[in-house]
Amino acid sequence: MKEINLTVNNQPYRLSVPPRRTLLEVIREDLGLTGTKEGCGLGECGACTVLMDGQAINSCLVLAAEADGKQITTVEGLASGDKLHPIQQAFVDHGGLQCGFCTPGMIMSAKALLDKNPTPTEEEIKQGITGNLCRCTGYTKIIESIKAAAENMGGK
Amino acid sequence: MAELSVIGQRVPRVDAWEKVTGQAKYAADYSLPDMLWCKLLRSPYPHARILNIDTSKAKKLPGVRGIVTGKDFGGWSWGWMPATRDETPLAVDKVRYMAEAVAGVAAVDEDTAEQAAGLIKVEYEELPGVFDPEEAMKDGAPKVHDYVKNNISVEYHWNFGDVDKAFAESHIVREDRFRTARATHGYLEPPAILAYYDPTGYITVWASKQSPYFHYRHLAACFKVPLSRVRVIQPFIGGGFGGTKNDSLAGDFCAVLLSKMTGRPVKYIESMEEELATSRRRHSVIVYSKMGVTKDGLLKAIQHRVVADGGGYTAIGPLSMYLNGFMTTLPYKLPHFKFDAYRVFTNNPIGAAMRGHGVTHTRFAAEIQMEMLAEELGIDPVEMRMRNAIDNPKPGEIYETINKVTLKTCGLKQAIKEAVEDPLWRDRDKLPKKEGAISWGTGISGSSYSGGARQMGHQACAAIIRLCEDGTVNLITGATDCGQGSDTVLCMIAAEELGIKLDDVAIKRVDTAYTPVDPGSYGSRVTILAGQATQKAAREVKKQLLETAAANWQVKPEDIEIRLGEVFVKSDPEKKMPFIRLARIACYSGTGAVIMGTGYSSYGIEHLDLTNGIGNGGCSYSFTAHTARVGVDMETGQITTTDFTIASDCGRLLSPVQAEGQIEGGAIQGLGQALYEDFIMDRGKTLNPTFLDYKMPHALDVPNIKLIDIVTDDPFGPFGAKETSEGSIVSAPPAVVSAIHDATGIWFKELPVTPEKVVKALKEKK
Repeated sequence: MKEINLTVNNQPYRLSVPPRRTLLEVIREDLGLTGTKEGCGLGECGACTVLMDGQAINSCLVLAAEADGKQITTVEGLASGDKLHPIQQAFVDHGGLQCGFCTPGMIMSAKALLDKNPTPTEEEIKQGITGNLCRCTGYTKIIESIKAAAENMGGK
Repeated sequence: MAELSVIGQRVPRVDAWEKVTGQAKYAADYSLPDMLWCKLLRSPYPHARILNIDTSKAKKLPGVRGIVTGKDFGGWSWGWMPATRDETPLAVDKVRYMAEAVAGVAAVDEDTAEQAAGLIKVEYEELPGVFDPEEAMKDGAPKVHDYVKNNISVEYHWNFGDVDKAFAESHIVREDRFRTARATHGYLEPPAILAYYDPTGYITVWASKQSPYFHYRHLAACFKVPLSRVRVIQPFIGGGFGGTKNDSLAGDFCAVLLSKMTGRPVKYIESMEEELATSRRRHSVIVYSKMGVTKDGLLKAIQHRVVADGGGYTAIGPLSMYLNGFMTTLPYKLPHFKFDAYRVFTNNPIGAAMRGHGVTHTRFAAEIQMEMLAEELGIDPVEMRMRNAIDNPKPGEIYETINKVTLKTCGLKQAIKEAVEDPLWRDRDKLPKKEGAISWGTGISGSSYSGGARQMGHQACAAIIRLCEDGTVNLITGATDCGQGSDTVLCMIAAEELGIKLDDVAIKRVDTAYTPVDPGSYGSRVTILAGQATQKAAREVKKQLLETAAANWQVKPEDIEIRLGEVFVKSDPEKKMPFIRLARIACYSGTGAVIMGTGYSSYGIEHLDLTNGIGNGGCSYSFTAHTARVGVDMETGQITTTDFTIASDCGRLLSPVQAEGQIEGGAIQGLGQALYEDFIMDRGKTLNPTFLDYKMPHALDVPNIKLIDIVTDDPFGPFGAKETSEGSIVSAPPAVVSAIHDATGIWFKELPVTPEKVVKALKEKK
């Protein structure tokens, strides 16, 4: 077992985890934050995407021990009370989701993209979410949603 | 049509908030105290006799609480029809495909369960396997099941008109062999279940099922408990698309039985690798297509001989093969049609339903072959389609195909007209044809798909609406939204009928203990059938409310209108009140009445003739014209799709945002089948059971999509709606292949058209 300290959605946690435990398992099972999804478990679908120190990562591929001392943001950490984050709001308004299973990971990838590049081109948006599979939407409305979010956030 | 307040509005999904905040709970997100984890042991052989299973070592592993094998299910088997009940929860005497489940373990955690499964010793006698459906049909081929001859799991032989005479009279007759890919649904949520068999004999499960009432029947039959004691509580579903999530799986049955044995809740989550290696995927189908036309390009006859790889069990195969044939008489006028279908058992994973079920194969073949004939005749591909397209019947008239499929509306000609007026097609000769190694091409297709599918005895479909005293309502249906947006559409229908705001309608997920029985989400049936049921339930509530208001104002009920939450007398708009007030008056009337309405769907209840292929398999039919532009790298064979224009006659779009999402999503799933997706098999083993190797479209593969809405108000569908979910997955592959032909001069007859196939064909052409 290894002692780790990490901050998830601004809450500090101290946990004792087995060496093989992934960050995804910690988030879903130890912290009960089930918004982050496990699709393939192999880093190919992006459903488990969270932010670690601002970078979008596949949490199924990161060992919990590697997250020691890091700042993690999951989909549950975006809204402020009832007020959705502008990216979440844009997905709602522009139909950027259907079954919703890829949505948390997709939104986290969009956040990482817009944090770095607040005014992305369509091509840059596609690049930004290319690690996230979506089988329902055909991506069109997801791309529209991220474009609208960038506009609504006014390049911030 | 009367003015509509809610229908046709661009509203967000009713479940959007839960989904974007991560609060929507899927099956794997549920846990119960004291819960055990289940893992399965799967066969390493595609065809083998099970001689012995030794669980003693696994039982001794600390943390193991229960182990089940095939025999523990007492010989119970299931299937889509009484004659095809050839599948057992776990393999009993032999395994028929690679990775078929043979044992299940429950342990205190997932790792222990997995370790224990690995300690179970199964003694197999490997049997010769058969992996090609045409080989499997031959005399002397290894037998997958003993109850059929020559491994034929399903066969149909239909003969409408006189094809031999029609071919003799044709100006040209072509014969070609087409083949569709081994494609799968590719949802991101692997199947999962949390099961609890409580000691009083109730089964409760939270399971990822897009048709929960199939599962409810399977569990009742398998465990011999009354249906009233089977409770399938439906979580959110992470995509369905037919097949696997319409059926029950080994993990489901094991979780329930292990819960019964241990008295504890049991959770099972399939790994994506297990899912991709065993999913009940789309059949891979060989289509021998023979088509005859006049010198003017008019279709005289189609003869299809189809051979489908059924895999190890029948599952929904009888319906798949019917769907391969019954819609071949759409969307073009076809006077003679012969259909010989064979679904063949092999030692591959099971072939079953997937979006565009059945039709994707034969429409791909017929669409491409028709264009090949147009090319031979020197007829423009658009002209060829316009000459043959079925006309839109006049209101009140019905068009009937030779196999008695009936249409009340058909927007195909209008769809083709509008698709080719779009710049993508109209200006195609103004765009570059060649840029470096890239050769550009534009293609077109037409297609049709049925909506409001029916399934034998599973047709019953109802809705209940309950008025609350604060003017809001609960909508209760057995219909499942597995992502397609039907909960939103059904709420919109209820709001429109009642004259209230969408926000004032609440809907929850299916719970078989409380919601009315429903067939499920397949065959584009929910909007049409559950939509009609909702409409009727809402009208019943409204009738009671109008009577209350009429008594209050001393007018007749028909003089009153309710719109967007306001109730008023039509002739005297001064007499008005908010809906909430009327709701209070009605609920507090003192009569003891509770204001509720029920309705059930009456559409499409005529006899479904699977055996002879006569009549309708749905209530109404969508029509699609689809153009595509692709660039083919003539050196590497890489294909880029830049544009789709899709003109769809979906009747009337009730919820345009959801409908567009369906059409776009279907088209991209179709693009995957055209260019990328195929399971690579080696003697029954899936060589690419991961998303790294089974290639689904990513954001960068997606073309610009332009949608054109062709409105035909179909009388069979609430507010004139037809289906929106499946037309574009049928139209995409032939449109893409037509465009590839335009770019390369080569007709590709096998899907997917991979770079390897392109390079090989270009070499052969030289």
